[in-house]
Amino acid sequence: MDFFVGHYNYWVVVLLMMVGLYTVISRGNFIKKVIGLNIFQVSVFFLYISMGTVEGGAAPIITEGVTVYSNPLPHVLILTAIVVGVATTALALALVVRIKESYGTIEEDEIHELDHSL
Amino acid sequence: MGNNISLLLVVIPLIAAPVVAVLPRGRLPWAVALLITSLCAVLAGMQLWMVLNDGMISYELGGWAPPWGIEYRIDAVNAFVALIVAGIAAVTLPYALLSVEQEIPEDKVPLFYSAMLLCLTGLLGITQTGDIFNVFVFLEISSLSSYALISLGRERQALTSAYQYLIMGTIGATFFLIGVGLVYSQTGTLNMQDVATILPGVVHLKTVDTGFAFIMIGIALKLALFPLHLWLPNAYTYAPSVVTAFLAATATKVAVYVMLRILFTVFPHSFALATPAEELFIIAGIASIIIASTYAIYQVDIKRLLAYSSVAQIGYMALGIGFASATGVTAALIHLFNHALMKGALFMAVGAIIYRVGACRMDQIHGLGRAMPWTFGAIVLGGLSLIGVPGTAGFISKWYLMAAALEQSAWISVAVILFGSLLAVVYMGKLIEALYFKPVTDSGKEVTEAPMLLLAPTWVLVFANIYFGLDTELTVGVAETAAATLGVVKP
Repeated sequence: MDFFVGHYNYWVVVLLMMVGLYTVISRGNFIKKVIGLNIFQVSVFFLYISMGTVEGGAAPIITEGVTVYSNPLPHVLILTAIVVGVATTALALALVVRIKESYGTIEEDEIHELDHSL
Repeated sequence: MGNNISLLLVVIPLIAAPVVAVLPRGRLPWAVALLITSLCAVLAGMQLWMVLNDGMISYELGGWAPPWGIEYRIDAVNAFVALIVAGIAAVTLPYALLSVEQEIPEDKVPLFYSAMLLCLTGLLGITQTGDIFNVFVFLEISSLSSYALISLGRERQALTSAYQYLIMGTIGATFFLIGVGLVYSQTGTLNMQDVATILPGVVHLKTVDTGFAFIMIGIALKLALFPLHLWLPNAYTYAPSVVTAFLAATATKVAVYVMLRILFTVFPHSFALATPAEELFIIAGIASIIIASTYAIYQVDIKRLLAYSSVAQIGYMALGIGFASATGVTAALIHLFNHALMKGALFMAVGAIIYRVGACRMDQIHGLGRAMPWTFGAIVLGGLSLIGVPGTAGFISKWYLMAAALEQSAWISVAVILFGSLLAVVYMGKLIEALYFKPVTDSGKEVTEAPMLLLAPTWVLVFANIYFGLDTELTVGVAETAAATLGVVKP
């Protein structure tokens, strides 16, 4: 039982990761793929952030009377990773807009058909 | 001065990128980008020279001592790869002027060079840094700019291939990130050297195994190692000519470098040997040499043909890594350098054909070899190098790879390396047949030789192919030093 409850943060991460990855693979709609990719990335953010938590630790700001702090480094790393994620999403959406403009659709199978009917 | 070079290599193109983006249209953005890349190439050359003479360079960013701060740590391995990246960039830039003027809309040209410099920043950053999380950040800088560069191709398929690459590339980078996170959770540090000293104490943990697997798969995606290569043929086919030449010669090479670093520096070598990683590399290498080369034979688009050939060549490097011996890693590093030279030359020559004819399908280039003798000559010599004919750079890498295979009596690999060369003869032969021996199709327009500005950089690389096929002191010497630096323990 402790294996499940004690590691609940990892179960959340694994669940989100699989949901995201499955969405990317199974969906043909380009926007849905981007959403899946975002969920996938967010699961990794959770992994890092929950890893940095120290039981009973306070926010890592030096305060009087506090001796135990959470590890701030994973949080900072994820700040960087979030920026990268935002940039990736923005670029992906920009590409989707241009794909829509030149193909008139953002469904993978329809685009595939259009490319091969030429 | 000495240590600063390592940082300057990253900072100079990074600062130049936004500057180039706001420059007026015309040739000024190109001139600035050319200046910056040439400067980077010179600095990278100096860096390699310094490392070979005085040993490792360490630069502490912001004066924070490692392992707390980010450290740039340059030994023979990264200095060598950095020189390849910066050198190829400096050769592609003169070529870019005319090709880009023709292929890219005028208002996007400054942005194009800006993205090119950002891509260079990312690739050089990966080679310079000694911090494993920093690798992820630079990996994404180079990847994001290459998605943008690929999407600028002339055909609309460029957009879908850039999108496809973005999805696959991001999954790869995120896998890498998961792996780094898991390793961090057990070691509490991100500095490669520091991880390397702490890891032996925790290698028995499942988390470390999992982290290792995630990192390997993530880089294998970026590396386009078979069967994770699906993004590569499309991306290389539809990208603008300059981008294809630049990325084909640098992006996958840098991923090979990261792979070597993780396998040999970050993780203890005995750890990698205890996992099935080495066997998987050999299997993937063999599969990509045979399958991708066979695919290459059936392609009608020349760029796609060469792209599949690139996947096959990555297979050779994977074989070298898989042997996990000093000779194997040396062979992988030599091939990394030589393949950059040959694919650079070949993609540039194909770019020259596209510049003149506007197409690169087999049936559209019949007999063009006679109208464009210099371009044709570059393709023939580049092709010979790809096949591995003695006297060309390709021969040297195949030679060392064979030596590594024979050393371990890996007879299947020996047969595959020879068979792969045979397949290369077939697909390059097909290309040369179409270019020279097929009657000219009457398209109604006279085709002339490509302009000097396209030919000169192409031939610089072609000559480099021949030079490094005859004088192996630099490549083999540096590769051997680099393999020794990586501390390969298996003989």
